[in-house]
Amino acid sequence: MLSYLLRRIGYALPIMLGVSFLCFMLVHIAPGDPLVSILPADASVDLQQQMMKLYGFDRPWPVQFAQWIWRALQGDLGTSIATARPVTQEVFKAVGNTFMLAALATLIGFAFGSLFGFVAGYFRNSWMDRAASFISVIGVSLPHYWLGMVLVIIFSAKLMWLPATGAGPDGSGLWKWDAEHVKYLILPAVTMSFIPMGIVARTVRALVADVLSQEFVVGLRARGLNDFGVFKHVVKNCAPTALAVMGLQLGYLLGGSILIETVFSWPGTGFLLNQAIFQRDLPLLQGTILVLALFFVGLNLIVDVLQTLFDPRIERA
Amino acid sequence: MNDVTATTASVDPRDVGGPRQPLMRVQALKKHFPLKRSGLGFGPKSAVRAVDGVSFEIRKGETLGVVGESGCGKSTTARLLMQLIVQDSGELVFDGATVGARELPLRDFRRQTQMVFQDSYSSLNPRMTIEDSVAFGPTVHGVSSRDALNRAHDLLARVGLEPARFAGRYPHELSGGQRQRVNIARALALEPRLVILDEAVSALDKSVEAQVLNLLEDLKRDFGLTYLFISHDLHVVRYMSDRVLVMYLGQVVEVGTATQVFDAPRHPYTRALLRSMPSGDPMQRTTEAPLSGDPPNPIDPPSGCRFHTRCAFAQAVCSQTQPDFIETAAGHGAACLRWQPGSGYVPPPDFPDLAENPAEVAHV
Amino acid sequence: MSATAATSITASAPLQAVRSRSHGANVLRRLVRNPVAMTAAAIISLLILIAIFAPWIMPADPFATSMFKRLRPVGTPGFPLGSDELGRDLLSRLMLGGRLSLFMGIAPVIMAFVIGSALGILAGYAGGKVNTVIMRCIDVLYAFPSVLLAIALSGALGAGITNALISLTVVFVPQIARIAESVTTQVRRSDYVDAARASGAPALTIVRRHVFGNVIGPIFVYSTSLISVSMILASGLSFLGLGVKPPQPEWGLMLNTLRTAIYSQPLIAALPGVLIFVTSVSFNMLADGLRNAMEVKQ
Repeated sequence: MLSYLLRRIGYALPIMLGVSFLCFMLVHIAPGDPLVSILPADASVDLQQQMMKLYGFDRPWPVQFAQWIWRALQGDLGTSIATARPVTQEVFKAVGNTFMLAALATLIGFAFGSLFGFVAGYFRNSWMDRAASFISVIGVSLPHYWLGMVLVIIFSAKLMWLPATGAGPDGSGLWKWDAEHVKYLILPAVTMSFIPMGIVARTVRALVADVLSQEFVVGLRARGLNDFGVFKHVVKNCAPTALAVMGLQLGYLLGGSILIETVFSWPGTGFLLNQAIFQRDLPLLQGTILVLALFFVGLNLIVDVLQTLFDPRIERA
Repeated sequence: MNDVTATTASVDPRDVGGPRQPLMRVQALKKHFPLKRSGLGFGPKSAVRAVDGVSFEIRKGETLGVVGESGCGKSTTARLLMQLIVQDSGELVFDGATVGARELPLRDFRRQTQMVFQDSYSSLNPRMTIEDSVAFGPTVHGVSSRDALNRAHDLLARVGLEPARFAGRYPHELSGGQRQRVNIARALALEPRLVILDEAVSALDKSVEAQVLNLLEDLKRDFGLTYLFISHDLHVVRYMSDRVLVMYLGQVVEVGTATQVFDAPRHPYTRALLRSMPSGDPMQRTTEAPLSGDPPNPIDPPSGCRFHTRCAFAQAVCSQTQPDFIETAAGHGAACLRWQPGSGYVPPPDFPDLAENPAEVAHV
Repeated sequence: MSATAATSITASAPLQAVRSRSHGANVLRRLVRNPVAMTAAAIISLLILIAIFAPWIMPADPFATSMFKRLRPVGTPGFPLGSDELGRDLLSRLMLGGRLSLFMGIAPVIMAFVIGSALGILAGYAGGKVNTVIMRCIDVLYAFPSVLLAIALSGALGAGITNALISLTVVFVPQIARIAESVTTQVRRSDYVDAARASGAPALTIVRRHVFGNVIGPIFVYSTSLISVSMILASGLSFLGLGVKPPQPEWGLMLNTLRTAIYSQPLIAALPGVLIFVTSVSFNMLADGLRNAMEVKQ
């Protein structure tokens, strides 16, 4: 058991290294000179060289990579070219906001997705099944940023119930758990929840249908177990995989939040990414992507390990 | 059915060594399948010892039957013979030429030896019509597709499947028995001299099995083939084979003609195996299991003679010494310390086949 | 073999046996009988046709701006679907925009299909070290959430259609390669591949005649399910300003530039998204239908 855990973690490490390397290489596949965003084109050669030394662009890239990794492990992800603030600070401030959004979206999506999926799987081939399947197809086919716009049109522009953009009435980026601030959270979270909703619904439906069709359920009923008992049984069997899917979706939303955050001007990592791209702020871009990607790998690892712990059927060779 | 040599084999233009030279000689074949190390990769290295020092020969024109329980290494041996898997050590000599050496490259060897698998469905490409499946082999070796298809149709007719009706069909449209006929036709398409039948009839219904066995007999006669017939069904092996080889836990324990092995077995395992064949006579019921328990683990076989843990005649020396293969009569040999002079084994009075060989009693 | 052997290789042509319907034909037949899938196919065909013939059938010049005729509502004479924020006819822009939107949705999947299948089949058939090396590299790419990877690559390479195509292809190759490797490994283990090896065929021949036909189906079905994802992702990139550059019409880019119209002309602002949605749903339905047609046990 322990050996499996260690082996699984050992497997994740080269992946993390590979991911870090890819993040690092992003800068080097980018066309153009990274210093363009901070220095005017007519800056003297001396000044250019000074800046290059400061940011480390003058060394051969394996050395740069090693330095970058070393500093990153110590918590230093460099300085943003555009704002001159430490990248680590910016990223972790933003991560908190995105995490809030993604967590809420995942919960909503999981709750409704499970509901629809369960109904569909339980009452297979009935109109409820078809309706639920239809909703889940919509969930995966929607351009969610467009859905965000539509919801803004309906709830913000027309009905004026909820605010359209931002994370708080004063625009300071400071979050408080009060009614004023939560209002800003609702639309983006609901919009985002459609993605996991569709996938969770599909997965849960397949799981439930599969469990119900297995012979042991017939055996249970034959022994007189009532519907609620069967229901509990189904839940117990489907829970591990469903929860695993939920965990994965959370990771996916954390990494893929940029589009929705752009629509709602939500001050999270996605918004930060947007800035970094358009200002060609490569340290910020690198640092943000690194944090998000490693988060995703780590989350996958945790989900994998938890799944193994809780599902006795998974081989632990 | 119980002739040892046949005369048709000598007509084959590819024959090299004449009727006395064995068609295939297997020497000290070994194949271990390594297992993942336990612990964090620092545990002891263990392996499944599927085939552990197997030697025998297949004579031209005969049907050599191979019997043994599941896990004794029959199928692995078959695949080694076909070189579908490569042995760890040991040699295959086909009509005097070492397989894989310059004198007999693998590609030429494959034209002379073919195999029919147990699962008739999974051995046919589900996306290919059966005429294409049968014609594939020849096309690989340079036969034009028109000629290959002609040959395929001829062979299909020969195995009892009318080409006009069957040639364009897909495997899922045929029954198990029909599919196995296709597999046989496919094996014959390359005009081999040796055909390995790995449990080829085991998955068929009894009535279909009888038809296919008769077909195999006819084909052997008409094409001058040599068969290696692997099966766990002792009745079928007795019916089909000229000589029989008995395997246990990756090793050969007895070899002889079908009469010798079935009527006068020399090895306790063979005796127990034969006794476990249910008799058709309701008056002679089998009251106790002749073999106790499951075969031991091929990863960690017992010391000395591998059968000693289940042998009714085991003695202390059996757990210490590995028996050599001793020929006790012309063409009949067994790997048992009882037949090994100087092994220290004291044969009890009820040891199998003692009564038939009083001369050997005096030796030991 | 003795001279009495029954095989007679004559010079005559082989007799024409009655050939049963092939697997592919069966799948197609089942697909055609699926009403939902056929409706989806019809919608997609219509959209593709409109996109192809757009320059000839569009009612107005999609690039003609007019500061006076900005943001007119649906049904304005001369602007059947209204005008955008620069006064251009929305209907014409939507029609022409279909070209780029559909292209950016389908092309990366096609490229990823070719590259991913090749890598996956190679890894699956060769096994051993080759497999490990290829799949570990794939795993590193797979470790990114797809949106993030697409944006990261696009962001690094810069805006533009070619760059967007490259990043999207890179996003989809690992997914397709994984499926390809998994299916190929399974097929590699089957008895008929062993039988083909036993007949002395070289590896390439075996892959071509035995492996390929049996793996390409599942890979293809999976790839079709990626088209709708690709469309959404591609339009998302344009929405962020990373794909198509203005003034080129493209549905995602139009959603971006029309954002300012949310308050004044919400219907106009939402229209490009409707098209993306409809196309995406149709591709999903078609992919589902294809999967169902293939899954029926024979």
